[in-house]
Amino acid sequence: MLIAVTGATQAVEPSERLADPVLEARARAVGQLLRCLVCQNESVDESGASLAHDIRVLLRERIAKGDTDTQAIQYLVDRYGEFVLLKPRVEPATYALWFTPPLILIVGGGALLWRARKRRTIAPPEPLDAAEREKLAALLRDGRE
Amino acid sequence: MRRAIYFLPVALFAILAGYFALSLRPGRDPQLLPSAMIDKPAPVIDLAALDGGARVTNGAFGGQVTLINFFASWCVPCRAEHPMLMRMASQEKIPIVGIDYEDTPDRARHLLDELGNPYRSTGIDQDGRLGIEFGVYGVPETYVIDKGGRIRFKQVGPISADVLEGTLLPMIKKLAGS
Repeated sequence: MLIAVTGATQAVEPSERLADPVLEARARAVGQLLRCLVCQNESVDESGASLAHDIRVLLRERIAKGDTDTQAIQYLVDRYGEFVLLKPRVEPATYALWFTPPLILIVGGGALLWRARKRRTIAPPEPLDAAEREKLAALLRDGRE
Repeated sequence: MRRAIYFLPVALFAILAGYFALSLRPGRDPQLLPSAMIDKPAPVIDLAALDGGARVTNGAFGGQVTLINFFASWCVPCRAEHPMLMRMASQEKIPIVGIDYEDTPDRARHLLDELGNPYRSTGIDQDGRLGIEFGVYGVPETYVIDKGGRIRFKQVGPISADVLEGTLLPMIKKLAGS
């Protein structure tokens, strides 16, 4: 039961936390959307790197000053580029990233369905005529000896 | 024409192989992050000076092509690139502003005493805030600022002789000439 309860790791230090719990909750949520650029596969909320700490502090400052979540995020995107977002935005530059997998799934799935349907409509072979039946019998006799 | 469909797996493989060959080519650093600050004006700098003199500000650029070099005493590659910085400062007479990033000022002073000081002025960015404004995510990083105060290039990692001669010097000469 205790193991099931462990949540995601976090690196937010007590000294970083904002006094206002609502703002702190927003800061935590935004921190989980931002990539720590040192290890690059952790969020700013989870990472123990000093850059992550700096960004967490900056985030809390901006949120406390009245920035919306979007504004705070954009502040960092302006300086670090879109890679700082863990989830890429959906925009012309990333259409290929977002839409190719479902597209391949649909095209591939469609191709499989088409092949399956085609197989069912293949006509059974025509029955053999007399000459062919004789030939078949001869071949089977020869094979047995 | 029916046969053509049997080439589909080969074609897919070729596309994937091409993509991997491009992404895995030698010298490519997959963790390298291109700067989002190119062609933007350099952020406002206002830091205490390492030598205790006048504060370091954007006025330190003086309308010249300037390099801003983020370094730290705890940074090993910074020591490796130091000779290149000294060469740029003394031989090529390029103004370099040093930013001591996330460091203990005393240790930075020791470093510059030990290796020499290539910087016209050195600012202290202990909390890394100026670093975030520039989009710094590691040290060393070097930014080329043009005469108009805009960031034109970012070098992530130490400046090697190749980077110095192949990229930085030609770029600085070009920017200075314009």
